[in-house]
Amino acid sequence: MSHGARASAFRRDSVAWELARAVLVLLAIVGTTALLLLVGGYSVGNGLAALWRGSLGSWYAFTSATLVRAIPLMLTGVAVAVAFRAGVLNIGAEGQLLAGAAAATAVALSPPGLPTVIVVALALTASAAGGAGWASIAAFLRARFAVLEVISTIMLNFVALYAVSYLVRGPLQEPTHVYPQSSTIDDALHLSRIVGAGRLHSGLLLALGVSLVAGWVLRRTAAGFRLIAAGESPSAATSAGGINVVATTTATFLVSGALAGLAGGVEVLGVTFALYENISPGYGYTAIAVALLARLDPWRVAATALLFGGLEAGAGAMQRDAGVPSTLVTVIEAALILAVIAVGALRRRSPAADVATTPIAA
Amino acid sequence: MTDVVEPFIAATIRTAVPLALAALGELLVERTGLINIGLEGAILAGALGALVGASGYGVALGFASAIAAGTIVALLFVVFVVWVRADQIITGTALTLLSMGATGTLYRTLYGSSGAALSIPTSAALPIPGLAALPIVGTALFSQPPITYLTYVLAPILAWWLAHTHAGLALRAIGDRPDAAEAAGIAVDRVRALAVLCGGALGGLAGGTLVLAQAGTFAEGMSAGRGFIAIAIVALGRWTPIGVVGGALLFGAASALQFAFQAMGWDAPYQVFLAVPYVLTLAALAGAVGRARAPASLGQALEPRR
Repeated sequence: MSHGARASAFRRDSVAWELARAVLVLLAIVGTTALLLLVGGYSVGNGLAALWRGSLGSWYAFTSATLVRAIPLMLTGVAVAVAFRAGVLNIGAEGQLLAGAAAATAVALSPPGLPTVIVVALALTASAAGGAGWASIAAFLRARFAVLEVISTIMLNFVALYAVSYLVRGPLQEPTHVYPQSSTIDDALHLSRIVGAGRLHSGLLLALGVSLVAGWVLRRTAAGFRLIAAGESPSAATSAGGINVVATTTATFLVSGALAGLAGGVEVLGVTFALYENISPGYGYTAIAVALLARLDPWRVAATALLFGGLEAGAGAMQRDAGVPSTLVTVIEAALILAVIAVGALRRRSPAADVATTPIAA
Repeated sequence: MTDVVEPFIAATIRTAVPLALAALGELLVERTGLINIGLEGAILAGALGALVGASGYGVALGFASAIAAGTIVALLFVVFVVWVRADQIITGTALTLLSMGATGTLYRTLYGSSGAALSIPTSAALPIPGLAALPIVGTALFSQPPITYLTYVLAPILAWWLAHTHAGLALRAIGDRPDAAEAAGIAVDRVRALAVLCGGALGGLAGGTLVLAQAGTFAEGMSAGRGFIAIAIVALGRWTPIGVVGGALLFGAASALQFAFQAMGWDAPYQVFLAVPYVLTLAALAGAVGRARAPASLGQALEPRR
């Protein structure tokens, strides 16, 4: 093998480099978890063993816990990644997911009559529309009044939570009016299970498809180019590229909301089968870590969503089996985000910086 | 009528005080051109700090440890944004997330996952002789915990400090023209770091107020978006201390409307009232834009370090 080929095997973005990076991230997560367990006075051995059992320790854990959680993380992760690439800091995936879940539930619980396939398609479409509609409020405020979307989307997350709280005690409450949740969605409308994989449902294929298509759009299409150009330098995109930055970022914001809303619809039709307040354990927030660790690339999001799905699944097991608060995972996620952006900033500072960077992540 | 008006004013003040404290801190930060979205995290850390401090050592130490906890969160912002030059919005978001996770984990570790309601010493009302006896507004304004009076005097002091001292001038200069301030010999990074730390301390104090002067206990996520509301209040108050206090009072009044409506027998789902502060924040942000003059360099990426 020639010297050049050997060198290229360790070039940035080569497969070997990606694998090395993934191993590094995994080691960092295990190391941070062990450290936090130690500091918190928990048994490191018991904690890590539970983390393993709950995430990858068995076929059931991998499919029914890790992969099931990876699905909403993949969809919201792509939603965040696409928005961030366009310079839209959409922190509102959580609220958009809730809006999507509510819309899908409303359609799925409407009186029967149509073929089930059509109803499922309508419910998923409604969830995407619901998410986009919820995002459109922040998108409008940004385009018209230059309101910082970080703040507006977080405010809308709170409003969405109260809206769901109202819906499951009002118009969408189950008929006995005892529990704060909707009726259970008819079995025929559930997303089909993947055979031999426990609770894993076909939403996984949808999520993988979304990640594939989004990555392709960003890499290969004119729309993707406009999106990235608007995010990296709005002024250059306008003057040199002739790109309508406001239209591009607004459209991206809506697509991002639609994808997060779809996550809510898939969750309702694939996992919870009903609407209630705690339908998401913060998927929309975890999605930020998922997207940043994937360096805002939808293809890599598929991998990081899997990672965080495992982490969340393992955290549940740590809480059950080792008494470790599941909030520990939030600390690890935040630490990962900080590490990723710090590395990006330090690399930009070094004179040898040759990486194409978006304003927010390397 | 007083049976509606008096509780209304009291509820307004109760909501406004922590918001005003946090917003005055963020005002200092934003006048140097930075935005610390991690304010929410500082408030939450301050709330848990207050619980830990007060449960062992009384109210005064509760406030002290609240300030310390908020300052620690702000210190992380300084390290990542001022020192490493990482993106400020993402850093702030991550710090809020970090604070949510860390306070939840610490709380459950220290007090058990059941989160049994702890009862801790709280800051008692300290009526001001004479003023507290005023009709209608007396008890609502002047029979308050000491932290409320501190807020009353902090805003004018800050306004005077910003307008009439060299340090205040340096702060404003950095916000408008960091490069010119640097050329004029102002240690831009150092002033920014100090401003962020002060902002964190005030955020922590706001969290301490929630626990020590209001709730009397801690709950996970009890900051409930107040940090973000405070950031909106800074814009609403047009980046001036007096304006910020006015904005906080407006918010307090809007939130207190629910008590007035309930007293008048107006019936609506309670979630509507709970959502009001957040909807109002959106409206305030939309309304504040265009009329207000923000610091010129607000939110811009920092110059590379030399």
